[in-house]
Amino acid sequence: MTETVDVKNLKVVVFQLADKEYVIPVSQVQGIEKLIHITRVPKTPSYVKGVINLRGVVTPIIDLKNRFGLGESVLNESSRIIIITLEDMHVGVIVDSANDVLDIPMDAIEPQPEVVGGLEQDFIAGVAKLDSRLLILLHLNLVLNPIKSGV
Amino acid sequence: MDTNQYLEMFIEESKEHLQACNEHLLELEKNPSDIAIVNEVFRSAHTLKGMSATMGYEDIANLTHKMENVLDIIRNNGLQVTPELLDVVFIAVDQLEEMVLDIAAGGDGKLNVADTVQKLHLIETGEEVPVAATIVEAKVEAETSQDNWLSYDDYELTVIQQSFEQNYQTYEISVELREDCLLKAARVYMVFELLEKMGDVIKSSPPVEKLEDEEFDNLFYIALVTNEPKDDVQKKLMKVSEVTEVKVIPVTIEQLKNRQNNALDLVEEKLQKEVHNEAKANITKSQPTEAEKSTPSKGQTAGNKTIRVNIERLDILMNLFEELVIDRGRLQSISEDLSNSELDETVERMSRITGDLQNIILNMRMVPVETVFNRFPRMVRQLARDLNKKINLEVIGAETELDRTVIDEIGDPLVHLIRNSLDHGVESPEIRKANGKPEEGTVVLRAYHSGNHVFIEIEDDGAGINRQKVLKKAISKGIVSEEMATTLTDKQVAELILSSGFSTADVISDVSGRGVGLDVVKTTIESLGGTIDITSTEGKGSLFSIQLPLTLSIISVMLVELGEEIYAIPLSSIIETAIIRSSDILNAHNQKVIDFRGKVVPLVFLEDVFDVPKESNEDEFHSVVLVRKGDKLAGLVVDSFIGQQEIVLKSLGTYLTSVFAISGATILGNGKVALIVDCNALII
Repeated sequence: MTETVDVKNLKVVVFQLADKEYVIPVSQVQGIEKLIHITRVPKTPSYVKGVINLRGVVTPIIDLKNRFGLGESVLNESSRIIIITLEDMHVGVIVDSANDVLDIPMDAIEPQPEVVGGLEQDFIAGVAKLDSRLLILLHLNLVLNPIKSGV
Repeated sequence: MDTNQYLEMFIEESKEHLQACNEHLLELEKNPSDIAIVNEVFRSAHTLKGMSATMGYEDIANLTHKMENVLDIIRNNGLQVTPELLDVVFIAVDQLEEMVLDIAAGGDGKLNVADTVQKLHLIETGEEVPVAATIVEAKVEAETSQDNWLSYDDYELTVIQQSFEQNYQTYEISVELREDCLLKAARVYMVFELLEKMGDVIKSSPPVEKLEDEEFDNLFYIALVTNEPKDDVQKKLMKVSEVTEVKVIPVTIEQLKNRQNNALDLVEEKLQKEVHNEAKANITKSQPTEAEKSTPSKGQTAGNKTIRVNIERLDILMNLFEELVIDRGRLQSISEDLSNSELDETVERMSRITGDLQNIILNMRMVPVETVFNRFPRMVRQLARDLNKKINLEVIGAETELDRTVIDEIGDPLVHLIRNSLDHGVESPEIRKANGKPEEGTVVLRAYHSGNHVFIEIEDDGAGINRQKVLKKAISKGIVSEEMATTLTDKQVAELILSSGFSTADVISDVSGRGVGLDVVKTTIESLGGTIDITSTEGKGSLFSIQLPLTLSIISVMLVELGEEIYAIPLSSIIETAIIRSSDILNAHNQKVIDFRGKVVPLVFLEDVFDVPKESNEDEFHSVVLVRKGDKLAGLVVDSFIGQQEIVLKSLGTYLTSVFAISGATILGNGKVALIVDCNALII
């Protein structure tokens, strides 16, 4: 019984960026952190905010809003850093808020509509409609493409 | 049997034994007649066989068994050690290694070894006619005259004589244990216990201590004085499990005396003028010495108590300790704010203890370069044969210790360099002969400590670097221009071979010469914070010298402030610091320079390089850190110096690779991250 549920559902972390809700599979999320001091790293793309000390591990932080070309994040009390693990890479992304963990039925996920446009379109793996909410599933491999050499 | 819990130990020990096999086989190749070395290899193979059979890895057991047979014939002087024979044994060792690695990787350790087994078998039987003959001969001899059995000193002879007078019998007993006997010491104990119930054991060969330490193969000899009949003794001994054969032979005092005299005569003939007493001493001693030769290695390891710790655990310990160091820093600043004397005292004590702890942990992570060097003798041997060259590899300073992180990275570059030396450096024997050099080329692999660095050098007495050839190639590859070529020093030319896309081998060989090798070596070594230097004399040979930091995890830095940000500059590249006036700054071709002790040194304004956000304020004085790369200097202009500190080096992670002029990061006492400046990138 439980197995069939596992196959059909995708457990995701939901976060807010501008006015949209995005999701990342829980399996790729290592943790959610409050904002701490970020050390700027020079000569990197503008969306790389710098690095933080995550319990002894130096972890790079990127501003997802900037990465999507939606302007700079305004950091406030509800801002969160989601630590994502992709293979052996750890990266933190700044989001406006992280509010929920959800089970999305696999069949509710549709490929993204062609019309969206913009930079962000390249990073979208699919869209899920859940009740009245529209959840955007991200293509983390593309979002977090390692940055080679500075300028 | 559930063998899982022993698996790790089995793998570790197998690796050690295989490494020992490798080393000793190489030694054997140099001294083919040294039976002591064969014994060493035999011992390793034997242990390996026992272990693998217990663990149920049949292929390993099977192969080691065959190997052991061949070795056994060699040490009984039945076979000559030839390179061809060693080749087969090496293949066997390679396959064993493969199987062990497979088991380590979670496999079942199965491999098709039939071919090798067949080859070993051929060696074993192919020469069987002469070999078997000698063995049989030896056996016959042993049975008739018992020459090889035991020899007695005067005291023992007296004991035997006295027992004869009291109507006791003396037997010489040979006991053979099953080859796969696992608890030999226990069997020995049982045999002795039985014998002691029946009479007195007056002598054994090997000596009892050796028997108890299992330092014998399957056969041992005992002299027993008893009044039990011969057959009883034999039957009782056969009751001991895993004993395959017992021979009991009664001896008479006349026989013994004859034997003694015969032996003495022989020795006398050989030594002619030696005094009787000394000769006797020689006879009794001759047997143990061989065994003794091989014991020191074992004794040493046993004397030095060690435990195996998984390297991962040490890494975790290190990480935890690093966090502790960070918290210590925080605690120190808190106690300063509170100025409570008791708290101050405690914190100070804690700092001291953590300081000691840091030394211990760092030392624990030090590994001798031996672990990397170990694999080279085999590699060189194989390559030399492939290339039809004669090469002698000398390894010096293998015990030099380096941080594990460096050790992990240094292997591949060294392989490249050694291959390069063998392929391009050392000439073929014919050419060497023609040039008046010994046919055998020498490659020296040397490691030593100097100051805060470790040097690893690879030196060959080969052809050296041909300036013209290198320049021609470099020009054709567009690495240097023709005009530039004439101005280069020999050293600069030598360093050209480290540039990418460079390969001078006319024939692209399997060994090296894909033109990707040496520049990779250079990059790897530089990424480890080291440098590589080439000295070469044409016709005489070349020397590749690698300088590496002792440890990669903790380095000394100078912390500097740039606006609100803190950066760390490694002390290893700092020459000195200075404060200069604005008026001292000169302009030369759009480049700000200073005159520093008679040298013109270009200035690098770190604020500009790192785009530090800051409102400009024109100071009259500037703080400058003078850094160097090779013999070039540069002055890094910073806002202020904070001070010198030992820091824990951290990488920026896989996401941010190669950020300009930043070589890593560290965590400061306040928990914030500071970036480490890569001075090499700032000096052009």
